[in-house]
Amino acid sequence: MGINAERANGTVIAKADGRIDSSNSREFHSELEAVVADSDAALVLDFADVAYISSAGMRVILLTAKSLQKSGMKFALCSMNDSIREVFKISGFDKIIEIHDSQAEALSAVSA
Amino acid sequence: MTMTESRQKHKILVVDDEPDLEPLMLQRMRRYIRTGVYEFVFARNGVEALEALDMDESIDMVLSDINMPKMDGLTLLERIPDVAPDIRAVIISAYGDMKNIRIAMNRGAFDFVTKPVDFDDLKFTIDRTLQHIREWREALSARDKLVVLQNELNVASMMQQSILPNKFARNDDYKLFGTMQPARNVGGDFFDVIGLSDGRVGLAIADVSGKGVPAALFMMSSRTLLKGAAMRADGPGEALAEVNDVLNEDNDACMFVTMIYAVYNPATGDLTYADGGHDPPLVVHADGTTTQLPVTEGLALGVLPGFDYYQHSHQLAPGDTVVLYTDGVTEAINSEEEQLGLHRLREAFERNPPQDAEDAGHRVIDLVNDFAGDVPQFDDTTCLVLRREG
Repeated sequence: MGINAERANGTVIAKADGRIDSSNSREFHSELEAVVADSDAALVLDFADVAYISSAGMRVILLTAKSLQKSGMKFALCSMNDSIREVFKISGFDKIIEIHDSQAEALSAVSA
Repeated sequence: MTMTESRQKHKILVVDDEPDLEPLMLQRMRRYIRTGVYEFVFARNGVEALEALDMDESIDMVLSDINMPKMDGLTLLERIPDVAPDIRAVIISAYGDMKNIRIAMNRGAFDFVTKPVDFDDLKFTIDRTLQHIREWREALSARDKLVVLQNELNVASMMQQSILPNKFARNDDYKLFGTMQPARNVGGDFFDVIGLSDGRVGLAIADVSGKGVPAALFMMSSRTLLKGAAMRADGPGEALAEVNDVLNEDNDACMFVTMIYAVYNPATGDLTYADGGHDPPLVVHADGTTTQLPVTEGLALGVLPGFDYYQHSHQLAPGDTVVLYTDGVTEAINSEEEQLGLHRLREAFERNPPQDAEDAGHRVIDLVNDFAGDVPQFDDTTCLVLRREG
């Protein structure tokens, strides 16, 4: 698991990779917090290279969504594989967090 | 206490019967003594050294001569582990005395210096020894923390097992069976069977986010809340809404639980359920075909207060078996890193319907174990089965 972040017009695009589970969710959280601290307006978290996310990882997504909401920043997820998309659908998380098929769609949604 | 700060003072026990070493050591090392890097204490032979080690636990290392009255340095080396197992010793030997140096090293000396003592070399040797001792103590402390953590996980594991029903009422109308196979690193799955009025029965299966003690505590409160809500609420949707609202109070940690809560009415065969962000029930029919019941579009509990949970009803035919499961089943991983998936779960029943509820439950667990093989699983594997008899 790792996160690579780049900035574009106040939006930070963070790409996570690998498996996100209870063995590295703490690290995932602190890396994501560092990325959030660097964002002014919006954060797009790209799942293209994420193979799996467990409930411990979902909790980190939820914490991040809540903290971004508090500070009035936009948050979107994108490019999930089918099984991760299914996890977000079944858990209902897709009702409270924006999910887009591609990074381009996510970017245009958060900058709208 | 561990010594992680290299600036912390280190106490060195110097053992030598020649009286001139003490003033010489104090003089040559005065800079390090003054700045608080070293503190020296002295003993005249092995017996005195053992007494000093026994009395003073703050001694970090021993620097010992070999030839001494009462007890020599080589004997001292053998005895040190009895009084101070974590101490390291450096031997001072005559130049070229390879025989004794070999014996000393074989008896566990960390290093040696030769006479006449080169104090720059001695300083280097002492620092290297102290560095080793620090690392050793850090490793010991890490191990102790791991033991504490392991004990906590055992507590979490016992909590988890203790709340699961292990006796299932048997009657002519329906049979129940539930089982949980815990992951090596305790997860937070549970299931419950709740007796309701008019012969109805409440069935719950749930998966708490995360692992260990926090997950176990959240699991306990979720289960207790559900038991209360199940008694009061009009239906599963209302019960989940109540549990969700309470779980959302003071939930800064953003823990959550996914859950299916279903109420079965044996008089009509109706199964009414609501999902709190959990996989919907799988129904295995008497002819071996399977149907996955629709989701009710719920949300994991503890995430959003005031969320409305909808419910759905499905009438079971006699011989229908309802399988509730957690994602430890469908997300089990094999050696090729493939997920087991819903399709394999359905295949396990298709053309080969279960004999009874217990058979269905065992079949789910066997399926996961056969699929996973030697690959360690990171999630609990849990299922709760209801079969309408008749």
